[in-house]
Amino acid sequence: MTAPSVEGVALRHRLAERGLDRTLLLLLPAAVFVAGLFLYPFLYGLQLSFQPQDGGGVFANYAEFFRDGYLRDTIATTLWLGVPAALGNVAASVPLAYRMRGRFRGKRLLTTVLVVPITLGTVLTAEGLLTFLGPTGWFNRVLLGLGLVDEPVRLTHNYWGVLFSLIITGFPFAFLLTLSYLTGIDPSLESAAATLGAGWWQRFRFVTFPLLVPGLAITFCLSFVLAFSVFPSAILVGEPSGGTRVISIAAYHAAFEEYDYSMGSAIAMIMGVVELLVIALVLGWRATLYRGSTGGKG
Amino acid sequence: MTARKISELRLEGVSRGFGGRLALDGLDVTIKGGEFVALLGPSGCGKSTALNCVAGLLPLTAGRIWLDDARIDTLPPEKRGFGMVFQNYALFPHMTVRANIGFGLRMRKTPAAEMRTRVDEALRLVQLADLADRLPGQLSGGQQQRVAIARAVVLEPPLVLMDEPLSNLDAALRLEMRTEIRRLHQTLGLTTIYVTHDQEEALSLADRLVVLRDGVLQQAGTPEQVYTEPANRFVASFMGYRNALELPVTGGEGRMVRLEDGGGLTLTGVRRGEVGGAGATAVACVRPEDFTVGDGPNPVAAAVEVVEYHGRESAALVRADGGVALHVRTSARLAPGDRVTLSVPPERVLVFAP
Repeated sequence: MTAPSVEGVALRHRLAERGLDRTLLLLLPAAVFVAGLFLYPFLYGLQLSFQPQDGGGVFANYAEFFRDGYLRDTIATTLWLGVPAALGNVAASVPLAYRMRGRFRGKRLLTTVLVVPITLGTVLTAEGLLTFLGPTGWFNRVLLGLGLVDEPVRLTHNYWGVLFSLIITGFPFAFLLTLSYLTGIDPSLESAAATLGAGWWQRFRFVTFPLLVPGLAITFCLSFVLAFSVFPSAILVGEPSGGTRVISIAAYHAAFEEYDYSMGSAIAMIMGVVELLVIALVLGWRATLYRGSTGGKG
Repeated sequence: MTARKISELRLEGVSRGFGGRLALDGLDVTIKGGEFVALLGPSGCGKSTALNCVAGLLPLTAGRIWLDDARIDTLPPEKRGFGMVFQNYALFPHMTVRANIGFGLRMRKTPAAEMRTRVDEALRLVQLADLADRLPGQLSGGQQQRVAIARAVVLEPPLVLMDEPLSNLDAALRLEMRTEIRRLHQTLGLTTIYVTHDQEEALSLADRLVVLRDGVLQQAGTPEQVYTEPANRFVASFMGYRNALELPVTGGEGRMVRLEDGGGLTLTGVRRGEVGGAGATAVACVRPEDFTVGDGPNPVAAAVEVVEYHGRESAALVRADGGVALHVRTSARLAPGDRVTLSVPPERVLVFAP
């Protein structure tokens, strides 16, 4: 064996200084995974969307989507479900997480109860909603029994059923994320604000909330992406051919009922672009906020 | 700036328990207006608990706190109007230095013009006028500490509470900030309670010391009283009496007590409190710097074991022939293995009950 030349050692040191060394090989499995299971299908779908089944040029599918009101309106329908659901989840998670920051008896039990809906799955939630909120469900029977309404309130097989389902299944994500952002804020900041004369609302309004907002923006984005790809609940507790005909139903319909994979891919691409636009908007706004240290351990 | 003057803050039997254990056990202290009081003790002694109780951040388990004639322990912190400086500064990271200092004034709905002048004055006081528009994250530790102090004193509070404010700073900065805090107290005359575990800090800053241990008051007095006349062996060891020798009493007369280890070590010292007669055990406390190398009163024959060089002096661990280890500080040049005779004047040996 010969000793490595001086030049060889020097080159290796220079590369290491730029972060290039053999530990980079550890990234290989993940890179292969991402390329095989995300990048390839995505690029395949993208090129497929530019090869319309019925000809008419590269952009024919996209032109058709925006010409056909039945297809075009699915964007608005889905946004009209996804944005309120994500906002509702974030808004509901803040007061709960705020109350649950500290240590108290029964915290673990309460957290479990709040997080359980994650494990239920959409189908079980949908079934529960149908029996609970349906025309002959407990909710309507109670309202009728109390004489508050003359006929059952329609809360399933329409917009509201899907919105409830999205909030129930999406809330645990939003809650857990918000809780972890909140526990990352140094509690002595609120103590300091209290000694300076701030009541609980002022402490929340001027100290905790501004430090939490960047985290809430991320929470909103994740909740929104989850809600925007709604599919099962839109069919099970919604009105899949009318009021809750969301964009994923349109894509499914094109690809697997009309066997137009090219159109299905185009709709999926449009879906992705809409999601990216909303996220870009939110993150752009987040970039204008204070995002530095919040003093905690988080 | 002139502070709202108080004549006294009175703690009556203030106790605070955590899960069945009392972290603070019946503390009675009266603090006079304008006084600078240091709560001193090792970690876990209850000094921070006491401070948080006064601030209103911890509810009391028992006892009362009076500010002049008003009972305040039932008020929430935002109604007490005290200024507090936290150990980690607790500056609002999303607000500029100016907004941090102005926060309390803003909560009190102070008019904008008055707020501006008062914040400017506070900034000048802590010499940070040119950093007013920075965020706390852009400041050094010492500068953040100044902001925290300015934020607490700008409200001209009747009472300023400081929770180990210097413990996160390096040694040089700590000395500088110590002088700064003392200067601020002399300028503004704000009644201050200062929590620290550093006896040097407490001695140099405070008008009066309150020494705590395991939640119980050990001694309260001027720095000189506590330093020269510690009330018990715990306070003594905290005040630099590093040698605490538990030895049998063999005699003594008047205020003097004689202790012997049976191996040739005989120490005569001053009786402090109840010390038993011959046959009982007592603790002799001696400061390392009170030993002199050479013959004199209370001679001890010993061998040098370890020497640490401290510049002008060195600290040595020596072993008396009877087997007792002694800490000594001396300007004499010692080397491990040297045979020495140590001596200490009897009035520098304090004898406590064990």
